[in-house]
Amino acid sequence: MTSFAPSSAATPSSTTAPGAQHPGLVPLTNIDVERIRNDFPVLHQTVNGHPLTYLDSGATSQNPISVLEAEQEYYEQRNAAVHRGAHTLAVEATEVFEAAREKVAAFVGAQTDEIVWTSNATEAINLLAYSFSNASLGLGGPGSRRFSLGAGDEIVVTEMEHHANLIPWQQLALRTGATLRFIPVRDDGTLDLLAASDVVGQHTRILAFTHGSNVTGTINPVAELVALARHVGALVVLDACQTVPHLPVDVTELDVDFAVFSGHKMLGPTGIGALYGKAELLADMPPFLTGGSMITTVDMHTAEFLAPPQRFEAGTQRISQAIALAAAVDYLRETGMDRVADWEAQLGQRLVAGITEINGVRLLGPQLGVDRLGLAAVEVAGVHAHDVGQFLDDAGIAVRVGHHCAQPLHRRLGVTASTRASTYLYNTTDEVDLFLATLAEVAPFFGVNR
Amino acid sequence: MSDLQSLYQTIILEHSKSRHGAVELTPLAEAVSLGAANGLSVAESHQINTTCGDEITLRVSLGRDTRAADSPDAPDAAVTDLVWAGEGCSISQASASILTDSLHGLSTTEARALLDNFREMLRSRGKIEPDEEILGDAAAFGGVSRYPARVKCAMLPWVAFEAALIEAESH
Repeated sequence: MTSFAPSSAATPSSTTAPGAQHPGLVPLTNIDVERIRNDFPVLHQTVNGHPLTYLDSGATSQNPISVLEAEQEYYEQRNAAVHRGAHTLAVEATEVFEAAREKVAAFVGAQTDEIVWTSNATEAINLLAYSFSNASLGLGGPGSRRFSLGAGDEIVVTEMEHHANLIPWQQLALRTGATLRFIPVRDDGTLDLLAASDVVGQHTRILAFTHGSNVTGTINPVAELVALARHVGALVVLDACQTVPHLPVDVTELDVDFAVFSGHKMLGPTGIGALYGKAELLADMPPFLTGGSMITTVDMHTAEFLAPPQRFEAGTQRISQAIALAAAVDYLRETGMDRVADWEAQLGQRLVAGITEINGVRLLGPQLGVDRLGLAAVEVAGVHAHDVGQFLDDAGIAVRVGHHCAQPLHRRLGVTASTRASTYLYNTTDEVDLFLATLAEVAPFFGVNR
Repeated sequence: MSDLQSLYQTIILEHSKSRHGAVELTPLAEAVSLGAANGLSVAESHQINTTCGDEITLRVSLGRDTRAADSPDAPDAAVTDLVWAGEGCSISQASASILTDSLHGLSTTEARALLDNFREMLRSRGKIEPDEEILGDAAAFGGVSRYPARVKCAMLPWVAFEAALIEAESH
């Protein structure tokens, strides 16, 4: 099998060199990664006669034993409804549930009460959009007016958004009469910042953008975009789904107003995600979902609501998931997010270096040497992404194919679908090389001569 | 034959490139009135595979079944023309191409029988061996039935045909 590890991948440019950004960092090696892999039972299996090569963590990540055990332990020893009931189990369940919030908040640099549990990041963005929608209807206290939208107001997103950070804003615009605008993407998969300074203007009320693209791996310049928004007094919503799991992220340092992320992409279980909101903003927002557990006093016609985060957590919560997510955060902290980021930067550059060497395969997004997440999406000329994925699956390699919930971005880049390999802390350089070697066999198999 | 080769049989890979029946579609209204002038009922259906975004627009023309001209019974209508436009994986493109070859000229009853047989075979998860006598080239999709995730790809043009047929018959 051909090796796709050119020297440029082994010693990438200074922006991604191991440890370059973090003096004193002890970089992860393949030996460490082999040890890490032992903590992930699902990785040790055979698929279609080959050892599983899991390169779809951008869609969903795998769980270490500690996460699985945390969830099981909760059900075996503490299962009870939280924030209600005075019995011992209910008190213990509430304590571990709130301790999980504290841990996840600290992981992203937030205050504990600035983290609202949601089912996933999609729900977190919808929570914002519907809360703003309710504010636009006049609900909430006097402070909620700052979230009220109407004709003449503008919501700005980017052309590279996942549908989860696009459609809720489209719908909010439709409900309120506001206008949706977008910052265009350049051919190289990065945002057109020159255009951004035109698009973000005096009518902009909300600027929502992704921290890192799930398709191109582009890492967006948060500080510059936040500065644009601050200049016109717009709220900033950051989709951090692809960065909180993979890079050290401090929402307070980034100075965004809101951020969302998903548990299942960061070694946690499905069914849990989080909304971060600055405390003073959450305090003024009207609720989205309403019902039990989010009220103080209720009569037949009105209700008073609790302070955040409980105001936004109606109904029985995702208790075991929150606790398991906290265990995932423990795992990531113990490994060290600097080391995770550094390792994945190497894997990302190795992917790019290898892809660039295969004839007839087009890399989407930033080219070799440019910072990117540890993922890469490609188009194989003459072979549909679905067929590429099938060929790889036959070799036990799991990748994502299709539009990755980002149709506008694919259209912008001139493709209908792509094939994406996305890495995590448990992927080895051998796995990346196997992916590259198998990818090189795709066109010949399908009779495409290049 | 490896599993992958049974999925991507040569005939499928060939059809995915030759794409019989693939055209740039004229506006539907034009095709409908042109068809009406020639005694044909024309209709189309647009189908999307939401899993991968593949899509197809398949247009059917129904006319008199000339083979049944001498039959004392009221003859069925026949599929006198089939054209399509679309983008997708090799399975869906080959399926549209083979559909075009297989159904062209059949009576609507024959076409439906073939469609039913094709669908039943595809949904069998490899349990029903394709009957080449009935299916002809479409039997090559026998391997697809062992890949549940790909059944939709192979069915997409056939679902479009079924919907277009109903529409054309209602005119």
